[in-house]
Amino acid sequence: MKQKIVIEPGQSRKNFWKDLWRYRELFYILSWRDIKVRYKQTVIGIAWSVIRPLLTMFVFTVVFGKLAKMPTEGSAPYAILVYAAMLPWQFFASGLTESSSSLISNSNLISKVYFPRLIIPTSSVITSLIDFFISLGLLGLLMLYFGYTPPLRALLFPVFLLLALVASLGVGFLLTALNVKYRDFRYVVPFIVQFGLYISPVGFSSRIIPDKYAFWYNLNPMVGIIDGFRWCFIHGNPFPESSTLLSAVLVSTAFLFIGVSQFRRMERSFADHI
Amino acid sequence: MRDVIADRAQGIVRSIGQILQGKQPMGMDTLEEFFALKEVNFDVNRGDRVGIIGRNGAGKSTLLKVLSRITEPTSGRIELDGRVSSLLEVGTGFHPELTGRENIFLNGAILGMNRREVKAKFDEIVDFAEIEYFLDTPVKRYSSGMYVKLAFAVAAHLDPEILIVDEVLAVGDTEFQKKCLGKMEDVSSAEGRTVLFVSHNLEMISRLCSESILLDHGRLIEQGPTHQIISNYLERGKLFRFEKVGDPSRPTISAVCIDQELLGSGDIDFKIEFDSPFELNPPNIGFVINNKLGHPVLGANCRTHQPQNLCAASQGAVRLVIPNAPLHTDTYSLSVFLGDSSQDYDLLENILTFDFVTALPVNNYLGTEIIGNTNGLIKWDFSELT
Repeated sequence: MKQKIVIEPGQSRKNFWKDLWRYRELFYILSWRDIKVRYKQTVIGIAWSVIRPLLTMFVFTVVFGKLAKMPTEGSAPYAILVYAAMLPWQFFASGLTESSSSLISNSNLISKVYFPRLIIPTSSVITSLIDFFISLGLLGLLMLYFGYTPPLRALLFPVFLLLALVASLGVGFLLTALNVKYRDFRYVVPFIVQFGLYISPVGFSSRIIPDKYAFWYNLNPMVGIIDGFRWCFIHGNPFPESSTLLSAVLVSTAFLFIGVSQFRRMERSFADHI
Repeated sequence: MRDVIADRAQGIVRSIGQILQGKQPMGMDTLEEFFALKEVNFDVNRGDRVGIIGRNGAGKSTLLKVLSRITEPTSGRIELDGRVSSLLEVGTGFHPELTGRENIFLNGAILGMNRREVKAKFDEIVDFAEIEYFLDTPVKRYSSGMYVKLAFAVAAHLDPEILIVDEVLAVGDTEFQKKCLGKMEDVSSAEGRTVLFVSHNLEMISRLCSESILLDHGRLIEQGPTHQIISNYLERGKLFRFEKVGDPSRPTISAVCIDQELLGSGDIDFKIEFDSPFELNPPNIGFVINNKLGHPVLGANCRTHQPQNLCAASQGAVRLVIPNAPLHTDTYSLSVFLGDSSQDYDLLENILTFDFVTALPVNNYLGTEIIGNTNGLIKWDFSELT
């Protein structure tokens, strides 16, 4: 296992992907750590990852479905309409929140040990993925409760999940890198998450958006992703429009690209700024 | 007023624009070039134990950070032949909520071991750390000693070709420190590993390292046998001086200097300069000498040791001499403060660090951890022995 290491300015950029592969074991163990300590010293533990989406769904169903009387899609109960959208949104939002603060909360590691820094925000997005699957299980229970059988195409949800993963990693990397140097982003992230919930079709259906705003509305990659999830789980929900879907794919990959390159550019000085 | 607000707003908008473009916004940090390390060239052979010596700010930690790839150098080239593990801190990445067992795996991975390697050495690590009974207790319930032992145990069982260690031994009890030093010696002489060791503790360096490097102000001054480097280090710079630009609105200490030459012969002689916008009636100047653990060992001020005829003053210098200071040979730091009869205005903590060599004929081999900081001539009377 002997290896020769050369340290030169710009060297870490050249070996970026190789190093990432070499340190994969650290990546597993950090993800494992994040999952393991997530709900330590909480009384109800893992139940928190169930309660959060459930309560939000409840509020949204009451506010949008019952009070504002917005139309549902197909035959699904409004609660399922909301919950199917809650899933990817919650994943995106918690991925963003966790990853953007991840480097700072691991600052002792950053300033004392070398490893590819990209591992840290990635592993916190993975932690959110675990929560996603727990919530997904809950969706199954919810469907049982309403006596609702999902269409067979529900099995296609991983495609949209992948897209959500790309979007959260991309935006996450960008915010993480910026947050190390400019702590302003600590205040920006909760704002994005809060604001994003209302400009994404979580509590309502995309159909109610007037055509003249469609372009701006579609710039939000979560629109296509959420509509995709709805299509998967709900009978009679139309497939997302091709323009919506295309923009979701383009914007997410663009964010991933920008996120990784910005991260790499700022990575060298993380230890000095943190 | 409105213009000012508009200017500000424009400034903020401009900085945000620059941040998004990935540039340094103007006015956030003043750009001033500073090289923490410059022209540092050296070779280390396989299996050598090399000490790195220098004062605070000489660039030792930066050198280690660059060697362990935490920060990237702006220029230059380093070639490392083999795996590197750096121990810049004991227990990096330990998570308080996880148990000892879990932390061994976590810390091992962080320091560059894979799961298989950790498993293979697991029993050895637990043995070395002496924590069998508490393996499944979260480390937040450990005593600080246990914590350190576990952390060092993991690090000591790393299998790198090159081990970089920064002052981590300054913790733990003396017994354990000895054990660590022994382990490091083993690692290098028995297994042919290279060790780079930074410490302010010259005694430890001289015991562990055969060769040393002296750094000063980011430059490599000398590389050679440890005893020679240590004595050159102690002799360098006859006066060690601290200066700062005073705040004109309040009384400040503008300079502190200590006579390095006299330190080598057992006297402490230093001078404190101050400036004040108003008269201090009378000025109260004091100092505390701390040992390297940060404990105060000696101190005085104008109120406790009243000088005669001290009149009001708004600037000047005070010189203090402690002939034949009753201290053991060791590294100490000096804190100074300035006040008047009613309050303190300026406090400079650990502003100078100096090495003191006692003039008294005392055996200094044992080190101050074992025999304490103060010394004196002791008269022994053996006449009643039979």
